[in-house]
Amino acid sequence: MRLLHRIFPHPHLTILLTLVWMLLANSPSLNSLVFGLLLGIIIPFITQPYWPDRPKLRNWPMIIEYMLVVLWDIVMANITVARIILFKRDADRQPNWVCIPLELRTPEAITVLAGTITMTPGTVSCDLSAQGHNLLVHCLDAPNVDEVRDQIKQRYERRLKEIFE
Amino acid sequence: MFIIEFLVAFFLIVSGIFGFVGSYGMIKLKDPMSRLHAPTKATTLGVGGVLLASIFHSAVIEQHISLHELLITLFLFLTAPITALFIAKWHIHRHEKPDDLPDAGEDELWATHAVEQVEDVPDHTKT
Repeated sequence: MRLLHRIFPHPHLTILLTLVWMLLANSPSLNSLVFGLLLGIIIPFITQPYWPDRPKLRNWPMIIEYMLVVLWDIVMANITVARIILFKRDADRQPNWVCIPLELRTPEAITVLAGTITMTPGTVSCDLSAQGHNLLVHCLDAPNVDEVRDQIKQRYERRLKEIFE
Repeated sequence: MFIIEFLVAFFLIVSGIFGFVGSYGMIKLKDPMSRLHAPTKATTLGVGGVLLASIFHSAVIEQHISLHELLITLFLFLTAPITALFIAKWHIHRHEKPDDLPDAGEDELWATHAVEQVEDVPDHTKT
């Protein structure tokens, strides 16, 4: 078991790299599988010292649920933002800063949360507070700041907490 | 066959519309922070629609399964938030004072302003 861990320090990264290589090659052949596996073994092996405290992912069903929720939200938010841009007068729009107090402490989890917030149209994550306890988010149109904050905490942060911590 | 062609056309039109709305937003929205919202639309549904259309087209009409498109989505989702974050941080650095932003709670300052307060930041303007 120890030996296996030495050879495959990040098994998920190995699988991911192999998959990415096969997708790049764009044809499912034995050639690309072997070369992808080779890259997938060598790269995590070399980069292992640079990523000492990587988070343990648990709760795989939750990861899939999270992805589906985010995809759905991206589609819905796109429609909302398109309506704001096309039909709302600029004077009626209320752009706003929102401060989101974070319960997440893992850097990787905060990165995923910030990335998700940016990719959903209508909100862009702009900055972290000095010690990483709060996230600054800019909203395109938010008359009610508390509502935006609660929705982000409820939909994304709660699920990420179950995945990473 | 007809249904697939219909789907391909549908996704292309959807992506065209959202790409257009994203670009129009860049003109219509007046303040720089709001403008930052427009490109996120183009990178999500705008590009996503073209990629879905491409997957369907190559799978059914060219009889060749191509999943390159998934990689494009993956790389976009990795890089787009970082670009947006850097533009936002630049804006905060140049145009916002600590009092303009909401309270940062127990940490008192947002990271961009906190860096400016460090006294021994090397002054590169003189060298």
